[in-house]
Parts: sequence; structure tokens; C-alpha cells
Amino acid sequence: MATAMTTDPTTGAGREVVLTVEGLTIVLDPSGRNIDDEVSLWIREGEVLGLVGESASGKTTAATSLLAHQRRGAKISGGRITIDGRDVLSLADDELRTIRGGLISYVPQDSSASLNPALRIGTQLMEILEAHDFGGSGSEREKRLAEMMSEVLLPSDHAFLRRYPHQLSGGQQQRVAIAMAFANRPRVIVLDEPTTALDVTTQAHVLDTIRDLTRQYGVAALYVTHDLAVVANLADRIAVMYAGRIVEIGTKQELFEAGQHPYTRKLLSSIPDITGERALKGIPGWAPRPGQRPPGCAFTPRCDWAIEKCSEEFPPVDGPTSEHRVRCWRWKEVGAQPVETDVVLRDRSLDACAVAEKTVISVRDLFAFYQHKETLHDIDVTLCERRCLSLVGESGSGKTTLARCIAGLHQHKIVGDIEFMGKPLARDARDRPRATRQAIQYIFQSPYSSLNPRKTIRQILAAPLKVFFELSRDEMEARMEKALEQVALDATLLNRYPDQLSGGERQRVAIARGLAAEPTVLVCDEVTSWLDVSVQAAIIDLLADLQREMGLSMLFVTHNLALVRSISQEVAVMNEGRIVEHGGVDAVLEDPQADYTKKLLSDTPTI
Amino acid sequence: MSDVTTITDSELVGLETVHAGRRRAEWIMTVQEAWGMGRTKIGVGIFAAIVALAVVGPWVAPYSPTEFVGLPFSPPSSGVWLGTDYIGRDVVTRVLYGGRTVITLALAATLIGLGAGVTLGLITGYARRWLDETLMRILDVVLAFPQIVLALLFVSIVGPKLWLIVLMVGIGHAPRIARVIRAATLEVAQRDFVRAAEAFGVSRLKIIFSEILPSTTSPLLVEFGLRLTYSIGLIAGLSFLGFGLQPPAADWGLMINENRIGITVQPWPVFMPVLLIGILTIGTNLIADGMGRALIGIERDTGGT
Repeated sequence: MATAMTTDPTTGAGREVVLTVEGLTIVLDPSGRNIDDEVSLWIREGEVLGLVGESASGKTTAATSLLAHQRRGAKISGGRITIDGRDVLSLADDELRTIRGGLISYVPQDSSASLNPALRIGTQLMEILEAHDFGGSGSEREKRLAEMMSEVLLPSDHAFLRRYPHQLSGGQQQRVAIAMAFANRPRVIVLDEPTTALDVTTQAHVLDTIRDLTRQYGVAALYVTHDLAVVANLADRIAVMYAGRIVEIGTKQELFEAGQHPYTRKLLSSIPDITGERALKGIPGWAPRPGQRPPGCAFTPRCDWAIEKCSEEFPPVDGPTSEHRVRCWRWKEVGAQPVETDVVLRDRSLDACAVAEKTVISVRDLFAFYQHKETLHDIDVTLCERRCLSLVGESGSGKTTLARCIAGLHQHKIVGDIEFMGKPLARDARDRPRATRQAIQYIFQSPYSSLNPRKTIRQILAAPLKVFFELSRDEMEARMEKALEQVALDATLLNRYPDQLSGGERQRVAIARGLAAEPTVLVCDEVTSWLDVSVQAAIIDLLADLQREMGLSMLFVTHNLALVRSISQEVAVMNEGRIVEHGGVDAVLEDPQADYTKKLLSDTPTI
Repeated sequence: MSDVTTITDSELVGLETVHAGRRRAEWIMTVQEAWGMGRTKIGVGIFAAIVALAVVGPWVAPYSPTEFVGLPFSPPSSGVWLGTDYIGRDVVTRVLYGGRTVITLALAATLIGLGAGVTLGLITGYARRWLDETLMRILDVVLAFPQIVLALLFVSIVGPKLWLIVLMVGIGHAPRIARVIRAATLEVAQRDFVRAAEAFGVSRLKIIFSEILPSTTSPLLVEFGLRLTYSIGLIAGLSFLGFGLQPPAADWGLMINENRIGITVQPWPVFMPVLLIGILTIGTNLIADGMGRALIGIERDTGGT
């Protein structure tokens, strides 16, 4: 692949290429199955390359291999990695130690797990400078330490440096990890989803810091993420990975405005759009894991453009320019279609049926406690028949607590009224009448935890049917099949166990279990946060359809403001246990009144 | 936000088993996995051999267990291969007869302990708060007695009854098993599928036995093997102390006691029961260990979360 110095104006006029990866192949160790296949990319100084992919696409494995690190069970079996002309894979162990943290450094996904909890942060930061003998003297290193802290916008005073990691917030911990990565002025930095665990506001600040530092010091940065909206704000160029292969690489503009690979385009249309103009469109199916990848182009089963050749042979590297590369047999035809044709505008007429009529659930003067601490303060909110209310807030805002109070799952003290159809609800679901328990169904955040791994899908779906209805065997079977059909799953799944399903399928089963109870209210708690964007879009689409068709009232809890318009008619924004703003989606998102909502809107990454 | 976007190491290792078509029942997978390990094969071999010896023994024994075949403590000779015991009975015959009680009583005691311990562990782990506190403190009292002392206490009051020995060994196991099952239950009880069942209004008892119990099979199987090992030791020990079968019955523990005075002149009536009890406990322990390892392996490969 072209790696020489170029003078493409869009990518920063002939800056030097620092990192080159050619034909990197990584396999599962005992079986030899490919995790990564012929991964090739290059990054110039001061440039951020976003490596985007869904779960199990091999992006993290590829990224950590740039440090010549092989994850347990994985082995680098071919390819070349060159940093400033040095062949990284041929280095001996002691040489690798000097380049790791020096020439090339790494920022992990979860900094709280990577910082040593027993050491003060000042000690840990000093350690990395000493390990690489930075500056040659102690006073020089002290100076660098203070400089590092100011670079990542943290105080460098003695008291702060004497803190332990647990005394810092998540955002501060991630800043410390970034400071460590930049400590020895590396040439290449690998960032592995460093903002995934952070709230949007913190994320926005951390991204700014990363961008500034890479520009300022001419570092080549590889930013690994599943979130296209994040790279859209940060990266200069983007590489899209699917099933262990880079299917398209190019500048941000090239990919967003003229993506040549069907997957790139589909991925873009599955990103929630905060303006709500565009309908959310998922990709059917899910990304295959290593070992289950089909022959030829792995995207073939999910691709509208697939032809016979696609399942036979993986296409060669091609593309419109030497910088914009794509691996698809039909890229010319895909590229010839304007991007807009893939965009489906949101059908606003569908919202019309949803006029606030009858109140289904009303919450008044609600205070909730966690042990003795008050976590919800004076909540007033109503959910109307056939409407969807989104509850938006960052972690710790109390949105899940509120949803759990309504569902009768809050296990601590609450004060105030929750009414369902005008009748007060007991705090504990067990104390509520059967009809009420049936009417309000709760879908949990993680389908990995909400389905009993020791039960078959049939047993899982039978639970609500047994409690709420008296049915014969055949009737049960028919209801289960119907429930699966409603969530677009095949009845053959009934004999499977949850661990034989993908995350998206599991979440559909969880939804089917809720629907089997024939509820009138569906409470969805962050139901897509564990899923890939393409699967998220499909689930949101499904929920919106079900809500309309079955006339459900829905409470949709999310941290992602961008999702709100795709599903709901009303939105309530929560912060620190209070509702700060409540109204129609269009009104709130277009003309936010509360400062907090404004901040949240401006910090939410968009494409 | 999404956490599933990276493959974890364990996923990398276990990938091959996911989506592998129709899944076999978990216990079959466990047994197959365990069988694949040398230690389990040896353990099962030992256990089967000794159980076979105890079951078949009485039919192949050359004499009656109470028949006098020679002088006390006579050394091995033709027809009396391991010599005679302290009153001149055939050692081979007594060894062949003496295994049944130990094995049956140990199995019974283990099952009683398992039944009580699992029930208590599930209840305390799921109930939490005052019920948990009360039950666990009571169990702590039982736990404070060494198992053999607890059994001796009751046996010395009521008398050497076999049912009492079985019951007391079982009761001694219960708090130990309960603690293990409680720990497993605490972890499972906070998963969302338990919340889901609660929200449907499924009864507590049903949640405990139908939702939580299946997820505790791993520690349960290991505990069974481990407690069986202890039961064998305890029951043999009690009958050595004279609280088990009474003379003239043939029993390994009792044999050791009866013949220890002559150990220097005729070691076989002591040595054979000791050897067999020792090998038997090693066998059950190897099985428990193999099962434990197999279950950890299976947990890693298909793990619930």
C-alpha cells in the first residue's frame, strides 16, 4: 500500500509518515484462525487516524500489536510494523521495553484498571520518566512532570500529585493515563477507546486534550473506537474495520461524504442523528467473530450489494486515490451512488398519532434513597398513553433509579407517589397486584446479565407466561413463537441457551420476554448501551415500531442524547437526581432552556 | 456506554465454542471435560476399584468374617494370605467385608450435608438482611466445633447409633457447604435475571431453586467430592474410636482399633484398612479436583456474562 510521503492537501501537506503497518496478520494461537487479516495503514506526524469497528472486529488486537504486544491466545503471524524506519516486530525484548512508553505509548480503555491503586499518581508518573531516563536528571524530570500535568489540564501541585488513583474522578484518571502516554514525547500513541467509560462532557474535554497534544508534538495517533461520532470530531483520517480487515481507509471527508464500501455507508446510517432529520437504520445480522467468518468478504451476508464473487474471494486493495483505499468488488458502483440515497429521512407523520391524552404513569414529589443518601429529589414526571418519554442523563444522574422505582425494583426507601392509571403503586413489585406487574414491563440494560445462562430461551420466555396466564402447552408455544416473531427472531432459537446468541439477539429475547407479558408500559433501561451501533439502530427501530403498533407507553432511559429523537416524543433531562428540563423532543433539543441541557447538547459528538 | 467492543482474552480463548450448534446439557459437558483429565481417570479408577471390592468382597471372601481360622496375630501363610487378627480371624475376609459400611455411611452423610447446606446457603445468600444474619450466626456456632468433636458429643450422649453418626457428620458438613453456596448465591442473586423474575412476581422459593440453584452447580459438584472425602475420614475415625459398628462386625475403622496392639508382630490387619481408606480418599479427592477444574474451564468458555 502507498506509504511514501505525499502532498495530498487534505491530509496535511507532505508531513512525514511516522507509522506504517503492512499486511499485519494475527491469528488465534492454537487454531490458527485469523483475528486480523492483512491490516495495512499508515499515519503521519500530528495526525489522528481513527480505527473504527464493531465488537470482535479485531481492532484492539491490531492496535495493541503496534507495540509488538501479543494478547493471550493471539499470535502475530505476518506483516511489518515500522515506526520511524525501525521494524518493531524484529526487535528483541529489551529493545521493545525501551520503545514501549518511549517511542510508542498506549492509553488503555479503562484507566482505573491500569493505574496502580497502591501508588500515588506522582510516583507513577515519575516512574515512567525514570524508566526511560528522561532528561537525565531528577530536576529535569520534576520539571517535565509539572509540564505534563499542565498539558493534560490537571493541577501539578504537590497535594494533587500525592493523591491515589481512587481519589481522582474517571476523567482525571484518564488524563493521568494520557499524561503518562505523552510523558516521554513518543512518536506514536495508541489510544484504545479511552473515553468509552466517560460521560459526554468529560469525553469532550479529554478528546480536546488528545487532539491538541498530538498536533502540538507531531505525534502520530491511532484512535481505536466503535463510535464513529467520536472519530468524526477527532480524527483526520479514518480506517473502517470489519471482521479483522480494513475495508476502507481515507480522510474523514472522503469516508463521510463519499464512502465507497457498503459497510461504511451502512455504519454511517446507523449512527443516531441528534437533529432527528435522518431515520436510524440498522444493519441486519451481526459482525462475525474470529473463527466464524465466512469465506471471501466477511460482510457478504449483511450486504445489499453482494454478488456471487463476494463470497468466494476477498477483494484486492483498490480505490479512487492512492490515499483513499477500499476493498470491495463493486466499490465503483457503490461510490457512484450519492451518499444521500442511503439516507432515509425520519417519517414525521408517524409522530402524529402520539398526542398526549391519558396519563398512564404519574410520578409526584418523589424522593428516593440509597441506604440513607437521598438520590432522587422531588421528581415530577408523567407518562402518557401511546407516547414514548426519554429519560436522559449522565451516569449518576438518577435516571435508572427513577426507572427502577416505577418498575418496583428499587430496593431502598422512597417517599412520594407513583401512580399507575390513577392508582398508587407499591414500592416493591411483589406487593403490586398481578395485573399491574403484568402491565409494566422492564427491559434491562445488559442482555448478558438479564437472561439466565442456565436456561433455554423457551424456559426464559415461559416465565412471564406462567405467572400471568393460564395456558395449555400448545398455547404457550404459540405465544412464545409470536413473541419471538415480534422481535424478528426465528422460533428455532427456542432450544438455544443465551450464550449461543449474539448480544443483539439476546436483547431481542429480553424484549420478547417483556412483550410476552402483554404489557401496556415498557420501561427500557439503556437497552442499547451494550450493543454495537449497527445493532443498536436495529433495536431502536424495532422498539419504535412495537411501540406504535402495540400502542405501548414507553419510558426510554439513555445517556445518549442523540438517540432521543429516533424514538421518543417527549424528553426529560436529568442531572444529579433532579429533572432539569422536560418537554417535547423538538422543543427541548432545538431550544433548550436549562444550562445543563445546552452543555449536554454541545458536548454530544455528532457527525 | 458500550463495553463490549473489545474482545477479552477469555473470549479469545473460548471463541471456538460459541455458536457451536445445539448445546449439550451442562453436566454432560462437565463430565466429559473432567474425564479428559488424567487425574479424574485415576480418581474414578481408584473409587470404582474400592467400591467394587466392598460390594463383591463378601461373595469372594474365603471365610466367614467371624470364623476363627488360626491363632491370634499369626503371620501370612498359605490359605490365610494376610494372616489373622487379634482373635484369630482371617484378615483378607475382614478387609473384604469391612468396606461397605464406610462407603455407604459416607455417601449418606455427604448427601444429608449437601441437602441441608445447599438449602441454607441459597436462603441466606438470597434473603440477606436479618434472616441471613441470624442463620449465619447459628451456623457459625456449629462451625466453631471441629466436626469430629461435634459428632462425638452427640454420640457419647445418645450412644453409638449408625443413623446418629450419619446425621452428625452431615450436620457438621452443612455450615461449611452453606458458606460456599452462599458466596455463589450472593453473586448470582445480584444479576438482572433475578431482578426480572422478581418483577414478574415469581415466588421467592421458585427464584431460589429454579433461577439461582442451576448457577451454583459448579461449587456444588466440587463440594460433593470434597465432603465425601471428609466423610470417609470422619466415619472411619469414629468407628476407630469405637462409635461405629460394634464388634464382632467387620469394619475398616474398627479393625485398626482392634489390631493396633499387635502392630509390631502382625501389621496387616492395621495396614490394609489404613491403605484402603487412604487410597479411597485420594480417589474421591482426585474426582472432586477434576470436576472443579472442568467446571472452571467451562465457566471460562461459555460464561454467563
